[in-house]
Formats: sequence, C-alpha cells, structure tokens
Amino acid sequence: MSSSKSGQKPKLQQVDPSNPYDSDNLKSVVNDLLQEAKTQGASAAEAGLSVESGLSVTVRLGDVETIEHNRDKGLAITVYFGHRKGAASTSDFSPKAIKETVKAACDIARYTEDDQYAGLPEKDSLATDIPDLELYHPWAISAEEAVELAKECEDAARAEDKRITNSEGGSVSSHTGIRLYGNSHGFLNGYNTSRHSMSCTVIAGQDDAMQRDYWYDVNRDANKLESATDIGKHAAQRTVARLAAKNMPTCQVPVIFKAEVAKGLISHLLSGVRGGAQYRKATFLLDHLGKQIFPDRIRLDERPHIKGGLGSAPYDNEGVITSARDLVTDGVLKGYVLDSYSARRLGMQSTGNAGGIHNLYINHDDISLQNMIKEMDKGLVITEVMGQGVNTVTGDYSRGASGFWVENGEIQYPVEEFTLAGRLPDMFMGLQRVGNDLDVRGGVITGSWLIDNMTVAGG
Amino acid sequence: MSYLETANDILLSPTGLEVNDLQNVLDQMMGNSINQADLYFQTSRHESWVLEDGIVKEGNYNIEQGVGVRAISGEKTGFSYSDEIVLPALNQAADAAKTIARAGQQNQVQAWKKHSSHNLYLPVDPLDSLNTDEKIDLLKQVDAEARKQDPRIKQVIASLVGVHEVVLVASSDGTLNADVRPLVRMNVTVIAEDGDKREQASSGGGGRVGYEYFIEEDRALGFAREAVRQALVNLKAVEAPAGAMPVVLGAGWPGVLLHEAVGHGLEGDFNRKGSSAFSGRIGERVASSLCTIVDDGTLDARRGSLNMDDEGTTTQQTMLIEKGILKGYMQDKMNAELMGEKSTGNGRRESYAHLPMPRMTNTYMLAGEHDPQEIIESVDKGVYAVNFGGGQVDITSGKFVFSASEAYLIEKGKITQPIKGATLIGNGPDVLTRVSMVGNDLKLDTGVGVCGKEGQSVRVGVGQPTLKVDSLTVGGTA
Repeated sequence: MSSSKSGQKPKLQQVDPSNPYDSDNLKSVVNDLLQEAKTQGASAAEAGLSVESGLSVTVRLGDVETIEHNRDKGLAITVYFGHRKGAASTSDFSPKAIKETVKAACDIARYTEDDQYAGLPEKDSLATDIPDLELYHPWAISAEEAVELAKECEDAARAEDKRITNSEGGSVSSHTGIRLYGNSHGFLNGYNTSRHSMSCTVIAGQDDAMQRDYWYDVNRDANKLESATDIGKHAAQRTVARLAAKNMPTCQVPVIFKAEVAKGLISHLLSGVRGGAQYRKATFLLDHLGKQIFPDRIRLDERPHIKGGLGSAPYDNEGVITSARDLVTDGVLKGYVLDSYSARRLGMQSTGNAGGIHNLYINHDDISLQNMIKEMDKGLVITEVMGQGVNTVTGDYSRGASGFWVENGEIQYPVEEFTLAGRLPDMFMGLQRVGNDLDVRGGVITGSWLIDNMTVAGG
Repeated sequence: MSYLETANDILLSPTGLEVNDLQNVLDQMMGNSINQADLYFQTSRHESWVLEDGIVKEGNYNIEQGVGVRAISGEKTGFSYSDEIVLPALNQAADAAKTIARAGQQNQVQAWKKHSSHNLYLPVDPLDSLNTDEKIDLLKQVDAEARKQDPRIKQVIASLVGVHEVVLVASSDGTLNADVRPLVRMNVTVIAEDGDKREQASSGGGGRVGYEYFIEEDRALGFAREAVRQALVNLKAVEAPAGAMPVVLGAGWPGVLLHEAVGHGLEGDFNRKGSSAFSGRIGERVASSLCTIVDDGTLDARRGSLNMDDEGTTTQQTMLIEKGILKGYMQDKMNAELMGEKSTGNGRRESYAHLPMPRMTNTYMLAGEHDPQEIIESVDKGVYAVNFGGGQVDITSGKFVFSASEAYLIEKGKITQPIKGATLIGNGPDVLTRVSMVGNDLKLDTGVGVCGKEGQSVRVGVGQPTLKVDSLTVGGTA
C-alpha cells in the first residue's frame, strides 16, 4: 500500500500461523462422511468440505453503498459401488445431515449404470508431501477501514479527470477459507487460503454519450495489492480514453489483444485441450498432441507451486499431485488438461488438473505494449470483448469488441460497436508478438498479443 | 394449505421459530436511521441426472437452506446471512447487517399486511413427480431418439434437473409472504460428425411444473430431434457475411435481443444511478412505433414467472416500451422508493446469500401484423437468425451483442444457405428504431434462460414475434 497518501491505513498482518478454522474438527467431519459411506456399503468414496468467510464493501459517490458479510460452508460426497457412482451435497454439518447426505448419494448410485472409467484416482498419483504454498494471508480489516479504502479508491478516480461524471463505486473485499478433500485411499488434507481484491468502476460523459470502465487488483496478500489511488486513477484513465468512440468500417487488419483480454484467448485454448473435450471429440484441437498449434518460439508452461499464486495448489480437486510442466513447447502441443476420469478415457495419466489449470504462463518477447503498437503500425488495440461467440468445437471465433484504432504506429482514437472474427487455429498460428506487459491477476499470466490478421465487421 | 402455512411448516417450525420472533428481529434492527429491514428464508432441494455414452452415469442431490438479513438506510445497504435457521444465528446476522446504521430517526415495523397472490404454478415437488426409474427411462428415450435420427450423431448428452424451493419473506414494511416454487429443466446436446467436420448443438426447455411435462406432447423427444436438426444444419454452414445488413430474427428465443438491447438498461438501479443509456428518457421514443415490450412475471408456469418476487411483492405485467415510447423501469423496493415509484415485483436474488436487485422475469415484444413469410420476402440480401447462444450488454454505452448459433442467408427474398455462428452487435437505444416489420407469430422461449448480473444468476424468459431490423452489424468473416 505504498502510495496510500492519506486517511486511515488498513492494518495489515503477516501470515497468521494460528488457524482461524478448526481444521482438526473439520477433518473429522470429512472422516465421518467417508466412514458413513463405507457403513452404507460403498466400495469407495471421496468427500470435500469448504468453509469461507469474508467482507465486501462498496462506496459510491463518496458514501457507503453496501456492506456485505459473507459466511458459507458446504460439504459434498461422491460414493462408488464398483463403477457406479452417486453424489450429494449440503451446507448442514450435523451428524444427522451427514447420514442423510451419504444416503442420498448411495440412493443415486443404485440407479446409475456401470461406467468402467468411473472411480477414484490411482492411489500412487495422490500427493504425499504437501508443500506450504503460502496461500493464506489474512487481512485484519474492519468494515469501517474497508469503507475508507474503497472511498480513497473512488475519490482518486473522480479527481483524476473532470469528465468523470458518475460512478458505480469503489469496492474492497477480503475473504479467507479452508478447503479439505479426503478419499477412501486414506488421503485427507486441507489448507487455508485468502483472496483480497479492490476495484473501481466509473462513468465519463461527453456530449450525450457515456462510457464506463473499471480497474481492479486481486491478490492472496493484501500488502501486494496495487494502491487504492492507483486503481482509482487507472479506472478513470481507461474510462475517459473511451470517450468520443467512433465506429469501424468492415476490414481486415492486424490486432493487438491487451493482456487482460489475451487471457481469454488462452482460456479458449484450454477449452480445446481439456480431457472432456478430447474424449467427446468436441474440440477444434482434436488429437493435436504433438502437433504445431503456435509459432515455434511459443512456450506455455504450468507452475502450480508458485508461492502465493492465485492459481497455486499442492494437489488438485481429487488429491492428485500437481507438478510443473510444459503445455506447449516450441509451438507444439505437449499435453492435455486431464483429471483422472478423462485420463482413463484417453488411456493417459491424470495431469493433476481436476478443477482446472494452476498458473499457466506464456513466454513473452522483450517488447513493451507501446513498441508493439509501433511495430503493428496500423490496426486495432482491443481492450474489451463481449458476448459468447466462440465455438471451441469448430474453432470459429466471432465476438463484439471495443478498443483503439492505430495508424502510423500510434493510437488515434477509441472505436466501438464492431465485431472481430476469425478461426482460433489461425489466430494462434498468427501470434506474432507477446508483450512484456504481464497481467498477473489470476491463474493465467500473459502479456498483450499481436495477431497478424482478423476480420472486423462494422457499420 | 396456503404458501405461508407451507413455508412456516418447512422453514420455521422445525427450528422452533415463530412469526413473532421475526417481528422482534426486525424491530431490533429498525433503530438509528434504518428505514427498512427484511428477512429472506429459503430452502431448496435440487437434483440432476446426466446421460452420456448411452448410460446414465451421474446423479447429484443437493440441499441448501438459510436466511438472508438486509438493513436499508437510504441508499445504504447492510447485508448478512446464515445457513442455519435458528434464532441466535438470525440475531447475529441482524447485528452484522445493521452496522451501516448511523444516528438518526427511529422507524417502526409495520403490522403484517394481507397480500393478494397469484397461483401461477402448482406447489408440486418436481423431484417426486416421476420415480427414479421413470427419470432414467426418459433420458434413455431421448438418447435413442437422437441417435436414430441420423448416423452422423456420435454423442448425446442429456440432462434432467429438478428444483423444489420454498421461500418466506418478512419485512419491516408489513410484508409477510411466501412462495413454493417448482422448476424443471431438460437439456439435450448432440455432437454430429461428418468426415473431418464436427458440430455440437443443444436444445431443451422446462418450466415451473413437474417432470411429466417432458413426457406430455413428446416434448423430451422433440428436444432430441431439434438438437439433431440444428447440428446437421450447421455441418453444412458456410462462412457468415461481415458488415451491416438487414437482419430478420425468428420468433421466440431470439427475444434475447430485447433482454440485452433494452431490458437491462431499463432496470431501476441503473436508472436511479444515472448509469444507463436509457436514464432520464421516460416518454421519449426509443423504438419504432411497431414495438411494444413488456416484462411479465405472471405467465402461467413459465421459468421466469414468480407468484411473488424475492421481496414478497406480488409480480405483475410491466409496460416498458409502448408503441416505441419508453414507459417505465423495472423496480425493486429500494430503487422504487428512492425514485418515488412503486416496486414492479422485479426484486430478485440468486439465493438467501445474495442481495436482491431489479431483475427481469419474462421479457417479450407483443405481436405485430405481418406474416413471417412476408418479412423474409421483403429482404433482398441479409441474414435470417433463428437460434442464439446468448448475449451481453454494456448498459452505459448501450452497446450489446448476441451470438447466433443457427442462421441463414436471405437472397432475393428467399432463405438460401445456412451460415456459421456469428455475433451481432448494435446500440440498445437505437436498434429498435430500425425495426420495420413485426410478425403476427409471438412465441416465448422453451424455458432455458439464465441471466447473470453482478455475479448473480436468475432464471428468466424471453420472447418475440419474427421481426426485421433494417440494419444490424453481422460479425462473420466473408
């Protein structure tokens, strides 16, 4: 919080070694569930439990808008009778509820049919050493302090430019939780996590037109959040920059996807290489293992054990150990994103991705966004995409977008109300540059992408 | 038994709570500038069954219950909730919710008032409307029906979902109201393969009824045939055109146009805050005179319908746009009061753990006079779009998109080739001024809509007759 200039500074504290949740007690709930499943005749079972609590505040036009106190808990059980399975969940942790939930799951398993691939992950794939990934950094912030911080954030945005005429507010939220997972192989582990965020959304007006934009930061450690003032300023600058946007003619041009939207392109890649998409043959990247999908200097690698990472996890949602690996090397697809079920369907090994990917990085060039714009010379910089319009079965891409028109290597004016269309395989192969302007907020980390050519439809 | 008696039996009695206790909790919250407080009790049982590879492989059962406690002081809201419905937890949540209070005027809790109520659906428990063998048999019939349509169908994924929900609302304004809400949904997704080409398509529907709805009129089998039809059409699709051109939208689900282009922009919260492109425009022309659009939570047994909204207000039909003139906004209690209006029964929330806000129910355009065929024949070169994946809107700039999943070229007044899915983009406040023909074939969607706003999902409906927009940007590549 280095550049907080005034007002109350929130109290920040270091990692709290003492556990806010009674993890032994919660472990015994998971044990009871697994035990009850065995008693009711299940041949195998797995159970998850989570408890979360937190605070979210929003300040609008300098005054409190909402203060929300969150407290959620839930448990879920999956039972197996051989290769038949059933699942049930509840938010009630009482012994009576545990019995009933297990019974509901067992009742279901009486009706589902044998699926030879169904079952727990193989015992030897489970994590045994659980590293402390430093995912828990509680923030001792009161509602009043959070309100002050949100106010500071919104004030900075409103003071940044006189064309900021309205606001949807500044927000601060802080959440901590514990998640446990156990199965009848004897695996039972859990760990605490935290997640804090700050955001600001403001509205700028000019003539009859209004534009809205936002900025945010999120981190497991509140000390590492961008300052309230910077988030507010950034939100205001982004919003004002959109004023007096023009329409685009229909054309074909090179396109820079800013880092925050380039992440979305990586998520489409992930949809295509997920085990479920592969075994259902419902992907534009069917059987692409070992094939070139990007230019040959591109590497994408997964780093699950980054200390404090938003996508970090010592094991996946099935207890399978996570490990660092390349998804793409020299532009060639090296692996799929598999849980134990899809791995068995494909005759492969789980990649520890039940529940998703854990910190995916793409290698970048030593080039700033500004120099990429210069290099592109003429084309579009995209700052927002809208709508669905991505078909990961066929690879067809068509989305609404807004951003900036570039000519002579410089941004000329904002543009809106147009679509961008192409085919994902062509977009990936047409990736010419990845900028060094990394967006580290989340489990996919990338800089901006320069893609050689896309179709713009405008009016 | 009335809904209130049912809700009392299911939500309060088991934990020893009485209606008097609710009044006491509300009473304690009303000090110091709090001008409204409410309690929202909810319990829901949810089940799902999934068929894939010709076998029913997955089933899931979930019980969720809790109480949300809200305190309002002018434009400020304090909110807390608990998943335990017992007095100590309720008092604790009430204490947390009222932390927004400042010194101020003492307000009173009103005596419980009588409410008129709809009976738009039967208080059935959908989970018990068929036995498990019958549910599984239904999914297997759907699988067989889809596969027998065409050998190119390689995969069928069918799901059946049932929800039984009971809610009770008690508010300091004297509201004491309850609802029992059944809901069922079926979905069929197929994957078709022809040489190297693959296409996926989905169809489905549902409503506030029991599962027998899917057996009646062969609806479930109809979903299977419809998913196959769409997948096979798309196997033959050519590149979609790029640029502005006339677009004819089919009847029913393409009403997602209205949901995005005008619906969200007419929600009360955005208009109170002045953040919508429609703010301050009541009485102005925002559509051609052919367009009359309503939001209606009172349609029988529909997915978007409610006997009461989540603040206990009886739902209604609300005129949004009449013959092209903007008439009104959709309101919840808080925004209505701040704008000097009345709630329109649009105060909705995802669950007890979420704050209510103005949301749509069933939003549709009334029928016009044209024969749909005549509308298509009027287009020399354009696009006919009949199915959509969904949409999104920026309510401040007014820009919205919706993505076609089944569309055709119109050439010289005739539907010619199917085209690949493409996103359509426009500007909410002026797209409807370019509606030049409205069909006589008003249809509502089959009961599949989910609307997301500020992280909360609620079930909604849309509908419209076939209509023509003279110029809309089509986001293809050709």
